Amino acid sequence: MHELSIIQSLVDRVEQEVLKAGARSVKRLEVRVGELSGVEPELLSLAWEAFREAGVCAGASLSIEVVATRWSCPRCSLDVPPGTRLRCRVCDVPATLAEGGEIILQRVELEVPDV
Amino acid sequence: MCESCGCGDPEIVPVEVKESILAANDHEAAHNREHFDDAGVLALNIMGSPGSGKTALLEATAACVGAERLAAVSGDLATERDAERLGRVGIRSRAITTGQSCHLDARLIHRSLHGFSLDGVEIFFIENVGNLVCPAIYDLGQAANVVVISVTEGHDKPLKYPVMFRKADLVVLSKVDLLPHLPDFDVPTFVEYLGLVMPAVAWLPVSATRGDGMQDWADWLHALRRTHSDQTRVEHALHHDHDHDHGRGHDHGHGHGGDA
Repeated sequence: MHELSIIQSLVDRVEQEVLKAGARSVKRLEVRVGELSGVEPELLSLAWEAFREAGVCAGASLSIEVVATRWSCPRCSLDVPPGTRLRCRVCDVPATLAEGGEIILQRVELEVPDV
Repeated sequence: MCESCGCGDPEIVPVEVKESILAANDHEAAHNREHFDDAGVLALNIMGSPGSGKTALLEATAACVGAERLAAVSGDLATERDAERLGRVGIRSRAITTGQSCHLDARLIHRSLHGFSLDGVEIFFIENVGNLVCPAIYDLGQAANVVVISVTEGHDKPLKYPVMFRKADLVVLSKVDLLPHLPDFDVPTFVEYLGLVMPAVAWLPVSATRGDGMQDWADWLHALRRTHSDQTRVEHALHHDHDHDHGRGHDHGHGHGGDA
């Protein structure tokens, strides 16, 4: 299960933002995970619950947006439906993954002391 | 006032990050890629289930390509057996023992490259941990991904593991000498399924023990090495032009291999 190491990377990245902003803690995180990214949202949530206990992310909630798979033609941009042969039926070139491969930290909400 | 330190109420500050969670790994992978390109070495990430025949393929490659032109690192959870097997056929090799980790990452590759001489090496194999899921998402700095799947695994594996097959530049169908004993494995169906998950279908039937397809595999390696080093040369030249025209920094944002 690589979701634990994804969470480790996520926490490392968030800690950088915490330092940069001089924040006290993290309130909320938003991530975008593609259907074809190889990351299971449920396992990611579980890994998050297990991992966040210590440190600045202790009280933070994780919101996961799942991004649907979209293949398209690199030449004419025509969509190639998932579940079909992954080539453009007009240009006959291999399709490229336009969306659905991403594993992205979208947004963090930090609690910064009001001084 | 907050209770812990007496400061004012905290302000909620949103920060739009919009960056890959694996950015640190990708950065390290770009480093490895530069290292391989500078050494003129074609690096390949070899992935597949445990027992799919990754090590056997590399052993047989030593015989048909020449062990002295090859080097390898082998990722394994617990032992160094695969690296030892490769060492016995003359491939300069090192083991990466990952412990509990189900995949290799760019940092592990970087570390294993320290003090690893690439003199005279043309092709560097990164034999990943046996697993059809996790290794697919980590860029290691390879020029291409090879997925090894054996005929005993069944012809529907591409549909079950689309993430892995999407990342493959070549699929090696191994142990084809066993096909006569496996009437349920239908090769045309396997290829049709590949086309549903792999945009540019490329596959080779191979038997490492009997030698079927080994010459095609060697030809594929040589052809890829040629096109890759041409590409690298062109990219370097373009980077330099860029530097002169616009005075930009020399950042190696190579796009090949691994896109998540």
